[in-house]
Amino acid sequence: MVEVTEELIAALKRKAVTLRKHIVRMTHNVQSGHPGGSMSACDIVTALYFHVLRVDPKNPTWPDRDRFVLSKGHACPVWYAALAERGFFPVEELMTFRKLNSRLQGHPEFGTTPGVENAAGAEGQGLSFSVGLALAARMDHKAWRTYCVLGDGEQDVGQTWEAAMAASKYGLDNLTAFIDRNGIQQEGRTEDIMPLEPLRNKWEAFNWHVLNIDGHDFRQILAAIEEAHRTRGRPTVIIARTVKGKGVSFMENKIKYHGAATSDDELKLALAELEGMEASM
Amino acid sequence: MTAGPWKMESQRSYFGRALVDLGRRNPNVVVVGADTTESLKSIDFGKAFPDRFFQLGIAEPNMISVAAGLAAAGKIPFATTYSVFGSAHTYNVIRQNVAYTNLNVKIFCSHAGLTVGPDGATHQINEDIGLMRGIPRMTVLVPADGPETARAAEAAAGMKGPIYCRFSRTNVPTVTSDQDGFAIGKARTLRDGSDVTLIGCGLMVARCLEAAQALERERVSARVINLSTVKPLDLPMIDRAARETGRIVTAEEHTVVHGIGAAVAAAIAVNHPVPVAMVGVQDVFGESGEAEELLRKYGLTAEKIVDAVHDLLKRGDRRK
Repeated sequence: MVEVTEELIAALKRKAVTLRKHIVRMTHNVQSGHPGGSMSACDIVTALYFHVLRVDPKNPTWPDRDRFVLSKGHACPVWYAALAERGFFPVEELMTFRKLNSRLQGHPEFGTTPGVENAAGAEGQGLSFSVGLALAARMDHKAWRTYCVLGDGEQDVGQTWEAAMAASKYGLDNLTAFIDRNGIQQEGRTEDIMPLEPLRNKWEAFNWHVLNIDGHDFRQILAAIEEAHRTRGRPTVIIARTVKGKGVSFMENKIKYHGAATSDDELKLALAELEGMEASM
Repeated sequence: MTAGPWKMESQRSYFGRALVDLGRRNPNVVVVGADTTESLKSIDFGKAFPDRFFQLGIAEPNMISVAAGLAAAGKIPFATTYSVFGSAHTYNVIRQNVAYTNLNVKIFCSHAGLTVGPDGATHQINEDIGLMRGIPRMTVLVPADGPETARAAEAAAGMKGPIYCRFSRTNVPTVTSDQDGFAIGKARTLRDGSDVTLIGCGLMVARCLEAAQALERERVSARVINLSTVKPLDLPMIDRAARETGRIVTAEEHTVVHGIGAAVAAAIAVNHPVPVAMVGVQDVFGESGEAEELLRKYGLTAEKIVDAVHDLLKRGDRRK
């Protein structure tokens, strides 16, 4: 990885605002989808797609590419936005999201959308899928790495912990997981629905290398990924504290925006805020 | 083809040997297991190729998704466990991570049906064929005996796409021979006949052959078809059987609610309606007992197949 410069951080911040504008527009356009969890994961996805991942938009199935697996499939607007901005398909196509005959399904479909690596929607399968990918890379002595983004709601799912055990059994240091710890799931606060804390201790008990970061601080995100790359013999999980709906003040930390789009008026306000942010950069 | 006495052989042993053979010939073949690998004989592959074998513990949903990940990276994973875990327990994982994702995962499961025996109803899944054939893109195989199980594994490794294959815990009569070959999607006529067609899968194929022999003594000519691919159905062969014999009896170690009887009856109703009778597990759970005792108690015998033919014969002739 190249040196983390002020210019790099500024470029990533600008890109993240662009992705957030796409997320708000896409979900508003179809009046459905999950903007909140897309915006909380936005900085992690931006750091990966615009600095870390070795991928080739001209050759999405290049065998030696890094794999990005989105386990929290409902956050696919941020994935589609990143893929479009990275050149996997035209940015204009984002407005077909969730519409009939679109390549951009309501939850990710493998084989349809260029750059999408897994189907997700039923929660809790992505980390297991990532374990399979990481095992295959190791078997073939390949250097490509697997990155998996999980939601914190997904920590409720038993299969997540089945995968956690398998990854540590096989010492998969070529696998890095992110937990988008925004603290909110469909029906409320994670700690009210099904308490997760102490989450760090849980992952440590499963023999993972655990890092806690601010999931909206690019320096911390990149430093954590560097540390994951340096870690040998264990998979790394980066528990990223995030804000649901991050980037638009009235959407932040609101349970409502887990699975609801903005109204026409709210869209104007949201875009005005994001454009203001862009202008100040 | 004459009915019995056949050699009684283990489908699991044939499967285990087939996996090792495939492993030798294709370095991309890998095996994942869920604490049942000794039972499935998939451990033999693990001993031969320890770097391509993954013991994932009692965590079948994870096992299926790991297999999917391996397949996404170009491997040909065989996911091996008991049918109840490799279908019902993992249904939505198979649906989303294997079938919807359209990956090259081979789910091979033993301990299908009642003949699991003393373990009882928790382990005797009579619903897996129906569950799996309902999933888009899924191919469903039910080999009749040991040698056919080996041929199914071989064919599965050579076909791209998701496959579910179920076979028995108990030893079963060997009714096929290597000359029979194996092509996914093709049923095979084991015995020709003109008055009725008996369509069976799995260990019920031998019982269809026994029934055909008993019927021959009554001068009833019964055709026997081994339906080792349940999905996709061999529609031309089923259609021909309906036209030429005018009566169909299906036989399966599975619920008649949504098994091969239901699949065949639906195809016949659409293409060439003739009377159909289904021998299989009725809409009930099994219980503990020895395999043969259970088959008798739940009506999965050659005698019941013969009875079904008698019932159809009373309904007259529908050949066209």
